Amino acid sequence: MISMQQVYVIFRKELRSELRTRYALNALFMFIITTLSIVLFSIGSEDVSPNVLSGVLWIVIFFSSMSGLSRTFVSEEERGTVMTLQLLTKSLNVFFGKLLFNFVLLCILNVIAVVLYIILINDFLVKNYLIFTVTLMLGTLGLASASTIIAAIISKANTKGTLYPVLSFPILLPLLLTVINATRLAVEGAFFTEAIGEFQVLVSYFVVIVTVSYLVFEYIWKE
Amino acid sequence: MPTISLHAQNLTKAFSHRNIFAKINFSIQQSQTLAITGRNGSGKSTLIKILAGVLSATSGSVKLSYDGEDVANEDMYRHIGLVSPYLQLYDEFTAAENLTFFRELRRIKNADIDGLLQRVGLFARRNDAVRTYSSGMKQRLKYVFALLHQPPILFLDEPTANLDTEGIRFVYDIIDEYKKGSIVIVASNVREETELCSEIINLNDHVL
Repeated sequence: MISMQQVYVIFRKELRSELRTRYALNALFMFIITTLSIVLFSIGSEDVSPNVLSGVLWIVIFFSSMSGLSRTFVSEEERGTVMTLQLLTKSLNVFFGKLLFNFVLLCILNVIAVVLYIILINDFLVKNYLIFTVTLMLGTLGLASASTIIAAIISKANTKGTLYPVLSFPILLPLLLTVINATRLAVEGAFFTEAIGEFQVLVSYFVVIVTVSYLVFEYIWKE
Repeated sequence: MPTISLHAQNLTKAFSHRNIFAKINFSIQQSQTLAITGRNGSGKSTLIKILAGVLSATSGSVKLSYDGEDVANEDMYRHIGLVSPYLQLYDEFTAAENLTFFRELRRIKNADIDGLLQRVGLFARRNDAVRTYSSGMKQRLKYVFALLHQPPILFLDEPTANLDTEGIRFVYDIIDEYKKGSIVIVASNVREETELCSEIINLNDHVL
């Protein structure tokens, strides 16, 4: 059984640790700035269709999240504190505590990325904010859940840095295609009901990833 | 006092198809102490990790019984205290923050953190980040981590590593205290430490 109290204790530890070390926060923030700058320089004064801009937004979010979200498990492995956690609580409490932390971190990242994107890229105009907000929330949930379990897997490997985006891409591809499509609907000003299909896919994706993580994490966590 | 026993049956561990040790069998009850000895690389630390439930054996099983009931592998951590060179604390936190985190995760209501810190001589430095500690101080802090929940089984891997004379005395006192009613398992090649134990396993005899 998962203990919400222990999940919260793990989450609070992650948050405190992050605020002290700023490993993930700095990496994520720098990546947002860098990728947004590249996008701005590339676009220049060109007219770019909203469809393309929807995709570019999620490329910025995807690569930024790849730079920081693996830290939750990789840092435990590098510091040698995995065994400490194994002796303190059940594996699933660790997983869900770290998932919650990654979700909160990604929410902060996405808010910053979206606000900067809307300010800096004039052609990106959201016409249906409800679709856009729900897409952002569900996309963040899916991205955080998949990133967390992939981070747990790659933390045991020798080539952590390169393996993370390589392993993440095929797993995140269905999510990315769906959120890009839903963002396009928000930019085109579609009715909320038109995006229901996308939301169902995103919810299903999250449920599948969390269920698989629930089943396999114990084996990943123990050597 | 609840009864406790630990049984190892045909424990074998292999890394990359090479057996580190094979077919280890023993049973140990409360108030017994076991020394695990063997040359470097014989698998003393590996065996301790398997017995503590943090590493899987290649084959064989470990059974922990507490108060007449078998403990599931995922619940073993509740009954175990471990001091090991492979165990690390959070360097960016102070000793007090580390111990508060451990206490909250273990849901210990009446942990005497200050008393234990005083006993290991770290009370005055409790609010300093662990990264500023010497290796001996970190080793002392690991004892507070291991003893916080008064576990019925205590695993000590190289128990006196990095400790000064006073620290070594503290470890011997702890072993003496815990062997009255608990299980203590020590992995070491130091004669003074193995002589404190009632049983002994030499891993040099368990290689296939």
